[in-house]
Amino acid sequence: MTALPHHNASTSWFEATARQRLAALLDHKSFAEFLGPEQRETSPHLGLFDLPRQFDDGIVVGRARLDNRPIFVAAQEGRFMGGAFGEVHGAKLTGLLRAAGIHRQDVVLLFDTGGVRLQEANAGELAISEIIRAIVEARIAGCSVIGLIGGRAGCYGGGGIIAGCCSHLIVSEQGRISVSGPEVIETNRGVEEFDSRDRAFVWRTMGGKHRYLIGGADDFVNDNADGFRAATIAALAKRQPLTTSVLEAEQKRLANRLDRFGQAQDGIDVWTALGITDPVGLPGSATEAFLEQALDKRENANGAR
Amino acid sequence: MERDDILPRLFSAGHSVEHQGCLLFGEGTLGHTTPVDVMGITGGSVLGAEDALTLAGNVLNLIGKGMPRPLLVLIDSGSQRMSRHDELMGLSEYLAHLAKSVLLAQQQGHRTIGLLYGGSAAGAFIATALACDTLLALPGAHPAVMDLPSMARVTKLPIERLQKMAEVTPVFAPGLENLAQTGAIHQTLDPIADLADQILAVIGQPTGRDNRGTLGATRGGRPKAAAVAARIEALASA
Repeated sequence: MTALPHHNASTSWFEATARQRLAALLDHKSFAEFLGPEQRETSPHLGLFDLPRQFDDGIVVGRARLDNRPIFVAAQEGRFMGGAFGEVHGAKLTGLLRAAGIHRQDVVLLFDTGGVRLQEANAGELAISEIIRAIVEARIAGCSVIGLIGGRAGCYGGGGIIAGCCSHLIVSEQGRISVSGPEVIETNRGVEEFDSRDRAFVWRTMGGKHRYLIGGADDFVNDNADGFRAATIAALAKRQPLTTSVLEAEQKRLANRLDRFGQAQDGIDVWTALGITDPVGLPGSATEAFLEQALDKRENANGAR
Repeated sequence: MERDDILPRLFSAGHSVEHQGCLLFGEGTLGHTTPVDVMGITGGSVLGAEDALTLAGNVLNLIGKGMPRPLLVLIDSGSQRMSRHDELMGLSEYLAHLAKSVLLAQQQGHRTIGLLYGGSAAGAFIATALACDTLLALPGAHPAVMDLPSMARVTKLPIERLQKMAEVTPVFAPGLENLAQTGAIHQTLDPIADLADQILAVIGQPTGRDNRGTLGATRGGRPKAAAVAARIEALASA
């Protein structure tokens, strides 16, 4: 059992490391890591690029308790290679999710990723596909797979697609969920299509508040472990296996989104269509005021994911 | 191989596959005895939210019919569509929804087989070809996670150096052979032999757990993935 120092639960989730987030999120000293850094299971490919390796390949996986409930948990480290999925990094998560499906154990995933690690792009892409398949199989078996998004690297690329396969998503204002990152869109389509340096525009398009308002996330919490912990405990109490009717409901939900907001050019257009009283002031509003504005106005996935 | 060339070669007894924009829907009979549902994305098209939702809706309709039969997914796509509109709508959810629908179909008894006959890249590759239980390819198919010039820009390495490195490892460079070595492509078909017979042989094989890690280890493209996943699974089961 690897004991982690108990960490201040009010620390910024955005600023914290993966291990600090786990220490603050989970029940005190309940975390036991699988294949920890002492095993030195490093990337076999980064050496080719003369890049430093990390002994846990940028992801921490193990078992723990949350409000005394046993879970499997994984946390990506955005400070190492942007939390990107490489061969070993991805395989650790795949193995954990497969075990979850077999043992009907719920899983909590702390995302912090730019997507595929380009230096091992083919292995990373395939790892993402294997993770998605393992999540779907675990969810069909009845497990909850809960995603927490509020890290420095956001949840980009294939990470965004993995998040879309989770049963429940909890996001903070700093969290970003997207498949094509701002720089990638700008490089491919030009600055008129997407100005990656306009941070306010980026947040209005893929940030936590927007995702919460359109039903792309289920809970919006403060940027600290207290907020994420309380929402995760509440989410674990629900059970929503993946079935045909869940996906049929998601089909309707996503079609409705395109019908309602498909002509929008900016997040503000979407929020206006939702009936938000002060859409222009919304990015600046504090959590409580934001949740009050969102109440009864936002699109709610209601488990259709 | 072009879309209009491949359909008669797959379905000599005829088919009802029709174009709907850049998408394909319909059914055909492999050999003389095996009807299959068909859908596809063609012409190297990028995959945006609307088309991903249309494809997923088709899969859910097939599941709803309650008569599971093989689903052949034909793929010649680009990457996911990169746009302000798609990101504002949450394209990641649409791609995930499509991947989940294809995976659920397999679990409900539809044997899902992807046939990559052109390109595919990045998020579109994950949501279509890689979501199928078995992925086949024709020679000349050109899957990619990212092209080498873009990769050179991101990794800040000269493209000549990347090309040299690609000769010693299949782990990052685009191309059918590289992706096959990592285990992404189960089998590359013989373009001269009868295509329907080769697909029927695949349909006849039993399916089970995701074996792409083992394929990658055997073929040398992913030396560690299968072993690491197995070790974690064992530790988590202890």
